[in-house]
Amino acid sequence: MSVAEDTLEKTSSQRDGSAVPTLVVENLKTHFFTRAGAVKAVDDVSFSVKAGEILGLAGESGSGKSITGFSVLGLIDPPGRIVSGAIRFNGEDLVTASPERLQDLRGNRIAMIFQDPMMTLNPVLRVDTQMIEAIQAHRKMDRKAARQRAYDALEMVGIPSPGERLNAYPHQLSGGMRQRVAIAIAFLNEPDLIIADEPTTALDVTIQAQILHEAQALCRRTGTAMIWITHDLAVVAGLADRIAVMYAGRIVETGQTDEVIDHPLHPYSVGLLGSVPSANKRGDRLNQIPGMTPSLIGLPSGCAFKARCPRADDHCDATPEVIEEMPGREIRCHHPHRQEAGA
Amino acid sequence: MSELVSAGPPLIEIQGVSKRFVKRLDIAGKIARRLGAGLEEETVHAVDGVDLSIDEGDVVGLVGESGCGKSTLGRMVAGIMPPSDGAVLYKGRDIASLSGDDKLEATFAVQMIFQDPFSSLNPRMRVEDIVGEAPVVHGLVPRKGMSDYVDEILTKVGLDPALKRRYPHQFSGGQRQRIGIARALAVKPKFLVCDEAIAALDVSIQAQIINLFMDLREEFDLTYLFISHDLSVVEHISERVVIMYLGRVVETAQAEALFAAPNHPYAQALLSEVPRLDQRKRDFQPIKGEIPSPLDPPPGCHFHPRCPQSFGPCSSARPVLKSIGPDRISACHLND
Ligand SMILES: Nc1ncnc2c1ncn2[C@@H]1O[C@H](COP(=O)(O)OP(=O)(O)OP(=O)(O)O)[C@@H](O)[C@H]1O
Ligand SMILES: Nc1ncnc2c1ncn2[C@@H]1O[C@H](COP(=O)(O)OP(=O)(O)OP(=O)(O)O)[C@@H](O)[C@H]1O
Ligand code: SF4
Ligand code: SF4
Ligand SMILES: [Mg+2]
Ligand SMILES: [Mg+2]
Repeated sequence: MSVAEDTLEKTSSQRDGSAVPTLVVENLKTHFFTRAGAVKAVDDVSFSVKAGEILGLAGESGSGKSITGFSVLGLIDPPGRIVSGAIRFNGEDLVTASPERLQDLRGNRIAMIFQDPMMTLNPVLRVDTQMIEAIQAHRKMDRKAARQRAYDALEMVGIPSPGERLNAYPHQLSGGMRQRVAIAIAFLNEPDLIIADEPTTALDVTIQAQILHEAQALCRRTGTAMIWITHDLAVVAGLADRIAVMYAGRIVETGQTDEVIDHPLHPYSVGLLGSVPSANKRGDRLNQIPGMTPSLIGLPSGCAFKARCPRADDHCDATPEVIEEMPGREIRCHHPHRQEAGA
Repeated sequence: MSELVSAGPPLIEIQGVSKRFVKRLDIAGKIARRLGAGLEEETVHAVDGVDLSIDEGDVVGLVGESGCGKSTLGRMVAGIMPPSDGAVLYKGRDIASLSGDDKLEATFAVQMIFQDPFSSLNPRMRVEDIVGEAPVVHGLVPRKGMSDYVDEILTKVGLDPALKRRYPHQFSGGQRQRIGIARALAVKPKFLVCDEAIAALDVSIQAQIINLFMDLREEFDLTYLFISHDLSVVEHISERVVIMYLGRVVETAQAEALFAAPNHPYAQALLSEVPRLDQRKRDFQPIKGEIPSPLDPPPGCHFHPRCPQSFGPCSSARPVLKSIGPDRISACHLND
């Protein structure tokens, strides 16, 4: 409770500055009510993103990253449901917003970029047709002006000869090119918030670098707030201003990128960073986290990381609350400062 | 591994190996051709004249972007795909010429581990049979001993033998990959070709499998060809690294020397673009342009349309691999 109030207070005290968060998520719970039991995909998650800021949402498969993003967009379908919590976008609560209102915000004020660009692109329509439709769905603009705007957007994301690409169908473009078109579409209506869900995971490093470059430059230029979802900590290390690490439906650690990467406090973040090859000496055994990610159905009470955690003790049978180490730096662990044996 | 360099032939050697695939015309294409359109069946040069030799005990990393021919080369090295040109030698003998016991030996000696353990495991077979069948059928272990043998192998790869009567779908991704590794180890191989063997796994599970590969290497004296698009993984475990671009090898070097100072402009670009934990809020300075289609590779140096240092001969003459240092070759006109 007190955590939510803290966040709110910060929000209002920052209002005189330019740092009013574009998005504030408070104590969000999104669960799926399946036959096997309730899957607590997102379980008491709080975070915020400011204009022009890139937040890296990192974590392993199934930790709830995508469902967090879908919740913000109002895209949770049964058997899933937002159980409780608040999602405030420019001050407006999205949890209680009508489907029409959400529809109007999506693709306009809030955009999403998916891992598979074909989630955004329609295979049977030419690129220009889809881009013009995306503009005209949200504002009055004649076709010619809309097409020019589409042209500019393609140019902005570094697509060579945009004129030709406008006339192409998605299948005539390479994977990297399609993803760039999807990014251009996301930026078309100059949204306040973009949620990017692993958009470069399927791409080659040279193409990934191009896309990271464009996305970063666009955010800086347009002041769009961005949530970049990924399992690759090295990607967010180079891209994000702040990082939130998710494990089993919860954010376990949040902080400035340098803080989280150089001085992780949560044992899971410590383990995850230690298992990255480039953090280890060449040829040495990697630090590995024992065991595997738990199923989110019937998760035992207490800390979800307990069974794999080198610091676990009896305290950990109680679910840890979020501790604010300092402003903007939060940990969900009973022992954030205890050293691992041998560390 | 210099102390292991012996007088004998390398464990695996490939000489001038190429692989071409003919991309057949679809129905519409065939009709169009009959009506006089100048459509030809297109040929993909997936692998284009590659030499490579791998000594016993070596760990060679093979990197390059999607479609550059890594898997195709790996399959030819593993002897499960015949080359269009060139030869694959096992201990100095062309595997195409082997027969009988020699052939069986070579077949078992080189095993391949794939990216998607699920599609390469028979969903209707129990783990026990997946791992134990080949060694029993080929007489490596007696049928009576199969159960114990399977237990032993499963334990080696970190799986609980009590789970051996289960089917593949009852395991997590990391566990399935362990089953794939157990199946390969069961025939007592000397050489493992790992094709994106950890790509589908979570970061914390990747670390477990990488450690397993390193442990098994010690224990069984294994040689590896480690194919991956993840350069940080390759840097971590390889002693030697081979970089491919559009079907050709552009640079080969000791891992340490290569990552310290890549010679080939493509190698330089590729290595500089790998996201690393120690690079913060970096300004990405990507190389421009798309990866060209292997159906119609650029003439001369395949990299020239994207190369920031391209000059005179690059667009017409193919640069050959030249020695540029100890155990190091690179194919770039800048070295001429
Ligand atoms: N429709 C659904 N019904 C039941 N459970 C679901 C559903 N969608 C998602 N889940 C569960 O919610 C959890 C979180 O899923 P989510 O897709 O957010 O993970 P993620 O962190 O994005 O993982 P990945 O990196 O694999 O994309 C997972 O355990 C998943 O199985
Ligand atoms: N059986 C096949 N028939 C036709 N073309 C093929 C076949 N196998 C591979 N190719 C083509 O050969 C080229 C090299 O493919 P290969 O799978 O070896 O690349 P790769 O480097 O392993 O790529 P990735 O990183 O995506 O796995 C590609 O252009 C591919 O489309
Ligand atoms: S609360 Fe306990 S079990 Fe959970 S991460 Fe912290 S020390 Fe480990
Ligand atoms: S040969 Fe020319 S184009 Fe190719 S890598 Fe060298 S300098 Fe660049
Ligand atoms: Mg996801
Ligand atoms: Mg491949």
